[in-house]
Amino acid sequence: MIRLRRSAVIDAPIERVWAVLRDFNSHSAWHPAVGPSEIENGEPSDQVGCVRNFTLKDGNQIREQLLALSDRDHVSTYCILDATLPMRNYVATVQLKRVTDGDRTFWHWESTFDVPRGREREFDQLVGGEVYEAGFTALAAYLRRDGRPVSRLAAVDSQGVVATSFGGPEVLQLRRLDSPAPKSGEVRLRQTAIGVNYIDVYIRKGLYRMIEPPAPIGMEAAGVVLESDAPGVRPGDRVAYACTPPGGYVTVRTLPADQLVLLPDHVSEETAAALMLKGMTAEYLLHRTYRVKPGDTVLVHAAAGGVGLLLCQWASALGARVIGTVSSEAKAELARANGCEHPIVTRSYSFAEKTKQASGGRGADVIYDGLGHDAAQENLEALAMRGHWVSYGQATGALEPLNLSGKSGTLSQPVLFHYTQDHLQQMAGRVFTAARDGILKPNVRHRYPLAAAANAHRDLEARRTSGQIVLLP
Amino acid sequence: MIKVYTSSVIDAPADAVWAQVRDFNGLPQWTPFVAESRIEEGQPADRIGCVRNFRLRDGGVIRERLLTLSDFDYQCSYSILESPLGVENYVATLKLTPVTEGNRTFAEWWAEFDCAPEREQALAEQIGQGVFQAAFDSLKKVVGR
Repeated sequence: MIRLRRSAVIDAPIERVWAVLRDFNSHSAWHPAVGPSEIENGEPSDQVGCVRNFTLKDGNQIREQLLALSDRDHVSTYCILDATLPMRNYVATVQLKRVTDGDRTFWHWESTFDVPRGREREFDQLVGGEVYEAGFTALAAYLRRDGRPVSRLAAVDSQGVVATSFGGPEVLQLRRLDSPAPKSGEVRLRQTAIGVNYIDVYIRKGLYRMIEPPAPIGMEAAGVVLESDAPGVRPGDRVAYACTPPGGYVTVRTLPADQLVLLPDHVSEETAAALMLKGMTAEYLLHRTYRVKPGDTVLVHAAAGGVGLLLCQWASALGARVIGTVSSEAKAELARANGCEHPIVTRSYSFAEKTKQASGGRGADVIYDGLGHDAAQENLEALAMRGHWVSYGQATGALEPLNLSGKSGTLSQPVLFHYTQDHLQQMAGRVFTAARDGILKPNVRHRYPLAAAANAHRDLEARRTSGQIVLLP
Repeated sequence: MIKVYTSSVIDAPADAVWAQVRDFNGLPQWTPFVAESRIEEGQPADRIGCVRNFRLRDGGVIRERLLTLSDFDYQCSYSILESPLGVENYVATLKLTPVTEGNRTFAEWWAEFDCAPEREQALAEQIGQGVFQAAFDSLKKVVGR
């Protein structure tokens, strides 16, 4: 058995080094020997048990599994599952320790493994030298490059669409804005696509008091990093965000790097801007608030709406029977084409009877309800025994207190931000994977110049749009 | 119970640094604040349980008992029996780890102890910087390249 131990001192605080190393899929970004790498099954790259599947630059293929990860002790342990190299029983541990003298980091990397007899020296050099020692040097360089962008610009020309006061679309006006240089942990990005959501209308009108005019609105966008003062994010990276404070309708934005998601190659910036907020909403509704299982009956209200279509697409792919409510025959066809097996056309929130019929009398195991007050009685009727009622919007008014004991029902009133604050990377990763696999079908039908944001709002409020809307700076 | 942690990098191989610090009676040779030291009852300085009795340059006397000593792990720990510091249940550990890149040494020194709450911050600073870091700085000059 070979036992390797290599160690180095990195001239960066332990937090910066650990922020990179704790990400089990970061190695393709900084290690010179590592080619493309992917975490299997869309799992988060810091979840114990996740598997990274990567190609070395020399062509060898390796699958490694994360066995332990401690943010307290700065320890990561992993093993090789399969490799085209003749290495067996490989278990490695990375441990960081703080060097208080100079705020540096001690990095210890050790492993044990077996190789064919007579090839010990070769593998000692390969793993110890070309993997561990080369890794020390490369990560140190990577962190230096992160911290000192090639061209730090004090100010960057930025324009943004500002709500000059609360009111109609006419309050939206293009203004020159300041885009501050990134502070520690922040990045500045040039935005290339901005998503438009109905919440933007509510914020513009002042129904949701999330800004104090004059201020830019907008919840999601994608773009390219200009400058970074954060580990793991480099100039040129393609990134997207949703769920930050409003302010997305701008050409250049500075914001904390931990709110960003790196875009995989297969996701365009336009798709990301259109999909992140609604896609992550569908993600937590179907995978977190309630875990949809094959055979479940799912009732989706506003099934032809932005989130509704994604719920239909994804729930049907998960093997659920999808029942949906829509307001017209045309929307019923659209919902049906997107995985809704039983669209119910109703303008009076009357759907309980048909839901029961479509489910053999059982009712819906889970109801995704953005309607609220006016549909409450029918929802209670439509709910299956021990069913889960997920109220994620209240378009017709607030729900009144409910008595669910007649069915041992459960009620959730989830908010997207409460999920993204801890699971952003995992949620976005699952959305992007679902888009790549054709499960989610983002449909950008409307593009407006950023300066024409008011027109986009007019069309959205007049229901002249369908599918997703993006603004292009 | 508070914990003080200090770590540094010594530009010398771990073997060489360990040879210097493993001598429980050797503080006067490498720290700036110990004037003289002896092991009580004529015990060898590497016997677990032996007590070092040393006098600081400022006149204070400290007695410490060796609790562990491992040449394999480059690690030793000790407790304070008597001191003018005003600490109780004081246990400290000194540990070296080789840094293969550059053949240097990562040195860690930490202590846990109880004291009056209002003195915690001052004592943590005094021990972490005034003792451990100062000793590391002095050690760098003694063994460093």
